Amino acid sequence: MKRARKVFTLSAVALLTLAACGGDDEGGSSSDLPKELGEGEGAVNLVAWAGYVEDGSTDPAVDWVTSFEEETGCEVNVKIGNTSDEMVELMQSGEYDAVSASGDATLRLIAGGDVAPVNTDLIPNYADVFDDLKNKPWNSVDGVAYGVPHGRGANVLAYNSEAGPAPTSIKDMFDPASPWAGQISVYDSPIYIADAAIYLMATQPELGITDPYALDADQFAAAIEALKTQESIVGQYWSLYTDQQASLESGSITLGTSWQVIVNLASANAPAIMATKAEDGATGWSDTWMISSKAKHPNCAYKWLNHIISPQANAGVAEWFGEAPSNSKSCDLTADPNHCSTYHAGETEYWENVYYWTTPTEKCLDGRDAKCIPYTEWVNAWNELRA
Amino acid sequence: MVSGPVLWLVVVYLGSLALLITSAFFRLDDFTGKSTSEWTLANLDEAFTTGAYRTLVVRSVLIAAAATATCIAVALPVAFYISRLARPWAKRGLVVALTIPLWAGYLVKAYALRAIFEPGGANGGGFLNSVFGGSPGFGYTATIVTLAYLWFPYMLLPVYTGFERLPDSLLDASGDLGAGTLRTFRSVIFPLLIPSIAAGSIFTFSLSLGDYITVKVVGGTTQMIGNIIERTLLAPNQPLAAAFTLWPISIMVVYLVVMSRLGAFKNL
Amino acid sequence: MQLSRTSRWSLRTITYLTIGLVYLPLAIVLVLSFNDSNALVWPPRGFTTHWWSTLADVESAREALATSARIGLVAMLIAVVLGSLLAFGLQRFEFFGKNAVSFLAVLPIALPGIVTGVALRNTFVRFGWDLGYLSVVVGHATFCIVVVYNNVVARLRRMSPNLREASADLGAQPWQTFRYVTWPLMRSAVAAGAILAFALSFDEVVVTTFTAGAGVSTLPQWILNNFSRPNVLPYVTVVATIVMIISLPIAWLAQRLSDGPRER
Repeated sequence: MKRARKVFTLSAVALLTLAACGGDDEGGSSSDLPKELGEGEGAVNLVAWAGYVEDGSTDPAVDWVTSFEEETGCEVNVKIGNTSDEMVELMQSGEYDAVSASGDATLRLIAGGDVAPVNTDLIPNYADVFDDLKNKPWNSVDGVAYGVPHGRGANVLAYNSEAGPAPTSIKDMFDPASPWAGQISVYDSPIYIADAAIYLMATQPELGITDPYALDADQFAAAIEALKTQESIVGQYWSLYTDQQASLESGSITLGTSWQVIVNLASANAPAIMATKAEDGATGWSDTWMISSKAKHPNCAYKWLNHIISPQANAGVAEWFGEAPSNSKSCDLTADPNHCSTYHAGETEYWENVYYWTTPTEKCLDGRDAKCIPYTEWVNAWNELRA
Repeated sequence: MVSGPVLWLVVVYLGSLALLITSAFFRLDDFTGKSTSEWTLANLDEAFTTGAYRTLVVRSVLIAAAATATCIAVALPVAFYISRLARPWAKRGLVVALTIPLWAGYLVKAYALRAIFEPGGANGGGFLNSVFGGSPGFGYTATIVTLAYLWFPYMLLPVYTGFERLPDSLLDASGDLGAGTLRTFRSVIFPLLIPSIAAGSIFTFSLSLGDYITVKVVGGTTQMIGNIIERTLLAPNQPLAAAFTLWPISIMVVYLVVMSRLGAFKNL
Repeated sequence: MQLSRTSRWSLRTITYLTIGLVYLPLAIVLVLSFNDSNALVWPPRGFTTHWWSTLADVESAREALATSARIGLVAMLIAVVLGSLLAFGLQRFEFFGKNAVSFLAVLPIALPGIVTGVALRNTFVRFGWDLGYLSVVVGHATFCIVVVYNNVVARLRRMSPNLREASADLGAQPWQTFRYVTWPLMRSAVAAGAILAFALSFDEVVVTTFTAGAGVSTLPQWILNNFSRPNVLPYVTVVATIVMIISLPIAWLAQRLSDGPRER
């Protein structure tokens, strides 16, 4: 057994040395944009928000994947990411080809070298995308596009109309005296701290918060305090969307920060569940489909991007999920002719007090000459809060 | 001959553990979310000195201990009955009946228990709520009961085996010396069963300590150490997650040493 | 041993009450498999056999079952070979550090699944090994080996060394002793361990989540994913019921095998 012990010790030492030496891949994306699309590789692995890649398994009538599979021969495997953090982690593994990333994931993915720039010439439907979604700070770097816009929306307040009148303010989510206390559902992600910041914008304007993602030390501390106070009235922290749906249906949750698709699903079984947007402001998202720099099926990935922003599919997902589409032609194809106006697809003023999910950085996002709290601190603070 | 293939797997497993532990010493790049090659003790500091996390660990240990205690409390009388009082032809059937649930699927059982503990609300719902008009709801009780339920067979089997090995003569002698049932149990049976109980508790305690899915399903807003590891890993912050894993690793190593003193390894 | 009437009665009650409680959640699963709703909530909304009759069409269920069975079998085989070798080797030979090795052998089960899963994933990713079937098998094999090892070691311990000595005294070579004396006494423990190992692998979700590649979907993963797919979710209850029914004879067999050859 002595020889075996030696082998074991040597291997262990070797592994430890490797561990110490091995750094990770350097950041920096490849600058070779593909010039033309080849044949599909037969499959494509996607990371997506729930409701974005529907193949009939949620509702048999809701399916824009089967048509894609038939047209291109690319079989779709989708992994649902419950939060942006999960999506970043999944993309880092290199196992997936494309991701529907919100603004709080996109820049991290770009900086980490996990996604590649996209040649929009290879995506014919890109031409029809609303101009004010193209080349934005969260989906492009120095004019180079890193993805195609999927659509945008605001986080809604889901509520049970039998438990009370529609909430008008975000204060109902945070105030200890809230009529909904004990039955409140909060999104379980560090990015929710921004919602606390919006609450402070409405209740403590003297803090001077202008951008809920640009918080200096004092503002951040106040936000964490608000969240700690909120804990006593929270009934659920959700990340799996069907969990919130089930709780809304059963009635153990009567108010929560939510997505339109959840409210739609819950109200099918419990018609009293409705959605509204807080007047003081809300967080939201403007999502981008991005392609992995280590994609094993790049051609299928490009084809998927083209498909999901095509007028028909984009209309389908915008209606199912409850958001504004990115393709201007989708507005004529939605089953509900008023969909685009309901979701303010072209209206710039509506989006003024919707704060898209963005990655907070040390350099304050509102341009202030101060030191803001970076996202890793948001994560640490959230973890401690939840512990 | 014997050692070769075994050693390979040992190296893969133990090597991975070693790699994991060393990865806790690297600094995370704030913006990209990837590990750098700079050494730092910050992760360990965060994981081990932050008050909130210490409370979390204590809470996890207590929940795991409570689940284990529940398993022991139920397994002892049940195993005693099956081993000593049940008809011989029924014994195997009873043991099998109690271990079948192992095959039913962890997730399915967890969600079934969720349906049982659902507090309902305006729209009713929930099994306990419908039958008894109320339910402890999602939280510590539900978590401990669910964990005990899930891992019960792992405690029952070794304890049952332990009972089977108890020689009748000892029990008879105890009775002859004038001890009642409870006294015999306390002074004769229980001490002899300690190794079996210890062996069973290794499974129930460790499975409960590290569990993060059950807590998400029936625990309401409760969090355990497994949740913080998962959450941190998915942040993504792999080095800090690795630092957190040092908690259950050290707890289990200590636990194994204690159980081994109690004779668990001679009785697995 | 004499027990009072109350003691007997209480023990019997506790036992049967426990059995009832143990089967309550399983009964709920069975009832919900006929539920006319796509949520796993109680009380059931209506009766339907739709989920049972259309299960055969659900391709993802079939694939998941096949994947789990495949992975389980391979992990079980690896576990049987390596676990028995380890048990046999440790039992037969004395060497320095033997206790340490027994201790280490228990780690894969004693350490929480998330630790094993994270550690293995970390290793695979760092060395650039593709996550896929093999990575899952390796993950499962680690704890399956422990299970077989435990069973075999327990049996070997109960085996009197007199038999082996007698065999040697009668002139048998070591391999003959193994083949004609040790193995027949040992094999039912190996079989019981193998069945338990398969069961563990079949139902494992945590290590699998961390070590599976994008295209691999075991049964527990399929179940987990379906909590995001309300229209497929009810099939989970049907599949769970079927697995339970199939496992009845297997569990019986496993228990019979681990009771072992009748002691003299």
